[in-house]
Amino acid sequence: MPNGDGDAALVERGLVQAALDEALSAGGEWAEVFAEDRQNAGALFDEGRVEEMSSSRDRGVGLRVTVGDTTGFAHTSDLTEEGLRTAARTAAAGARGTGTRTGQPLSGDGVAAPRVETLPSSVPKATKVDLLRRADGAARAVDDAISQVTVRYSEGRRRILVANTDGVFAGDDQVRTLFSVNCVAAGDQGLQTGRETVGYTVGFELFDSHDVEELAARAAGRAVTKLRARPAPSGELPVVIKRGGGGVLFHEACGHGLEADLVRKGASVFKDRVGELVASPLVTLVDDGTMGVEWGAVAIDDEGHPTQRNVLIEDGVLTDYMWDHLRSRDAGRAPSGNGRRQSYMHLPMVRMTNTFVTNGDTDPDDIVADTSHGVYIAQLGGGQVNTATGDFVFGMTEAYLIEDGQITEPLREGNLIGNGPDVLANIDAIGNDFDMGSPGTCGKDGQGVPVGDGQPTLRVTALTIGGTAS
Amino acid sequence: MTAAVNANPELPDLAASVVAGAHAGEQLEVYVSRGRSTTVKAYDGQVESLRSGTTQAIGVRVVVDGRQGFASAGSLDPDVVADTVAEARENLQFAEVDPHQGLAHPDGVPEPGLDLVDRAVLDLSEDDKIEMAIDLERRCLARDPRITGVRTSAWSDGWGEAALASTAGIAVFSEGGSCSVGVQPLAVDGDETQIGYAGDAARRPDELDIDKVITEAVEGATGLLGATKPASDKVTVVFEPSVAAAFLGTVAGALTGDRVIKGRSPFAERLDEEIAVSSLTLVDDPTDPRSLGADNHDGEGLAARRNVLIDGGVLQRFLHNSYTARRAQASSTGSAVRGARSTPGVGLHAMTIVPGDLERDALLAAVGDGVFVRGVNGLHSGVNPVSGDFSVGAYGHHIRAGELAEPFREATIASTLQRMLFDLVHVGGDFEFLPGGTGMASLAIADISLSGT
Repeated sequence: MPNGDGDAALVERGLVQAALDEALSAGGEWAEVFAEDRQNAGALFDEGRVEEMSSSRDRGVGLRVTVGDTTGFAHTSDLTEEGLRTAARTAAAGARGTGTRTGQPLSGDGVAAPRVETLPSSVPKATKVDLLRRADGAARAVDDAISQVTVRYSEGRRRILVANTDGVFAGDDQVRTLFSVNCVAAGDQGLQTGRETVGYTVGFELFDSHDVEELAARAAGRAVTKLRARPAPSGELPVVIKRGGGGVLFHEACGHGLEADLVRKGASVFKDRVGELVASPLVTLVDDGTMGVEWGAVAIDDEGHPTQRNVLIEDGVLTDYMWDHLRSRDAGRAPSGNGRRQSYMHLPMVRMTNTFVTNGDTDPDDIVADTSHGVYIAQLGGGQVNTATGDFVFGMTEAYLIEDGQITEPLREGNLIGNGPDVLANIDAIGNDFDMGSPGTCGKDGQGVPVGDGQPTLRVTALTIGGTAS
Repeated sequence: MTAAVNANPELPDLAASVVAGAHAGEQLEVYVSRGRSTTVKAYDGQVESLRSGTTQAIGVRVVVDGRQGFASAGSLDPDVVADTVAEARENLQFAEVDPHQGLAHPDGVPEPGLDLVDRAVLDLSEDDKIEMAIDLERRCLARDPRITGVRTSAWSDGWGEAALASTAGIAVFSEGGSCSVGVQPLAVDGDETQIGYAGDAARRPDELDIDKVITEAVEGATGLLGATKPASDKVTVVFEPSVAAAFLGTVAGALTGDRVIKGRSPFAERLDEEIAVSSLTLVDDPTDPRSLGADNHDGEGLAARRNVLIDGGVLQRFLHNSYTARRAQASSTGSAVRGARSTPGVGLHAMTIVPGDLERDALLAAVGDGVFVRGVNGLHSGVNPVSGDFSVGAYGHHIRAGELAEPFREATIASTLQRMLFDLVHVGGDFEFLPGGTGMASLAIADISLSGT
């Protein structure tokens, strides 16, 4: 039966071993058990009151069996021995194996302690409600134009156990806490929105270092500022992206294209380009799952491999892709800690963790001052990429015109479009003011996982702005 | 998911037993579901992965004196069911009083009585499913020599059942299955690679139009070979039905009760006014069995019904669940949407446009010069349904002298939702039901900003 506390493996070792043995005796060449216990809770404050408090609990196991290039996978919420054995047989049948192998003995204790100071679940709900109320008040105090404020608090604890026939038996205890404020401002020209989100792989100590009232005031200010925004330009212009505001650009422009599964299938513009100059020599791009409390940080990936700092592009040269178990096995190399999955119901694949561009040496003020006409983006929204062509879009949720080296008029929202390799080559200035951005959820093939991104202030010489003004 | 036929009494019994445990003075609603699914992905003529699994879920909503609490879990084990009810009650303690909060009450509207349960999908063997996925890949590769590979060729099917019951007297059960295919071929010409995508979904395997999927996916990839970035301009765009559905889906989302009552819709004050050209009539019709979104009841157990949203350009109605209806002093339109994992929201089940009479070629001829948009991206990042700003990445073909011409990519198209509804110049006659259950036709919209070079 599942273990509800943190001081033992999520599923008892003997049960895990039995499931792995069952998978191999049913014909598997390699087998894996992924168990997960997830508890989420949240509160929604809207229209000046607590609208809803909710909580959820999920636990289950996914059995993966491989035979050659074929993977069989079965998931179940039945964590009894019979449930696990049935899933193992189903997965092995899916892999259509006929082998009779034995696995390596399991090594490790499969236990991990949460790396937080205060488990959010230990904090009284009334304390959380108070945070929501304070944020709501702070947002409304910014301006009479603020017509709606929605504040969300959410906490999540995800305990996992990964075991496989290579002998891996590893656990992790991932706690994340998030707080977001969405404001609507009403003006003569209609409605505008402003949003701020703070989230880290931490417990309730998040609020020791982040003031929810400041956060709310920033969200409200953004909505109010946009009431006087003018339509964004249409066409190609230089774009300066504020530090921490646009790491998603790299996530889309090249991050996905450096995932080994897409590369292997020829669906990436970066295939066969390791060792080549793929970006401006100013660009060093890193994916790092070990980054302390960042949103995409995990101790082990969802295949049981420790995460690590992977330099993907160094001084403009492509140095490596990101790897999961299957792709690294095929390539005869070590995995990079990038095998992730949304839940026990999903197969892992190559995913980013925290992806960022490292510091340059230019003063960010000089980058703006040196731009005669362009767009300054203070906050980007989400993005999307076609990895085969490298074409990607991303939204700007707070942007301004740059005129004669000065940041001037606010602009309405819109998407920008660019081509990954072109944009990477066209970065002509990188600031020395690195910062991480807001927490994100990356979607790929229908699975969402938490990711972080970051970058110093930087300039792209030309991006297509999807506005309506000529 | 459909039909009040109680083929498997277990879930309704479980739901009824939870409701029977409601405390005095407590409104309690429970939604229980379970399902199973299989996905086969083929690659290089082999099974790349075969994934199967079972799921269970429970969602419990409790309302006492205008306070609501909610909890959910991914298991129907008796201890989990009891814990979930207890959690919902605990969550309620911290919610604040909202006099409109509460469950749906039966409103006497009869269910449409659709028979949507089709067990054909249950008769497929694993080998059948594998063959479908492999065959789809093989046929894409064989269709055009420029198709050098297929990123993913997938078959999926699933079967689910759900029971909803409440202290307000709601008790409904539904079950059903569906199957789908999706394929992403890669077309290569020299250094250039283009990826296509197409898919289909249906209640029965023999209703899937595999040949159409292959044609769309392959032409989607090969048709974009040689695409270039267009010059920035004001143009008339033609949206193919899937793109038109994304656009009108955003508009319709702004017509849902929660957005309207909370002042987050640009159309909130526009009831009975013209918000679009007279050629636009848009309905949400879950009673049409041709749509995969068809159902007999909504997420609160009220009868599904046909709702006219926009009639000849005039805004007729906002969609409501029981909560937003009470807030708006209106009646529920049977538009609650939910799973076990959330409280009922408000949404569309089967958005359907009333088609015009120009088939695709005639529509292009009528437009003359412009761009044909085959696909868009960045809908989540560049469309703001509160302000109405609309800006998305787009690719497709130029339209020259009334015919499709060379392809374009790396461009955006932009306007506002409000303006686009009045700049709509033609509703196509090429009506089809899309895999998601939306009934849509091509749309021609003038005066759009195309941004490229």
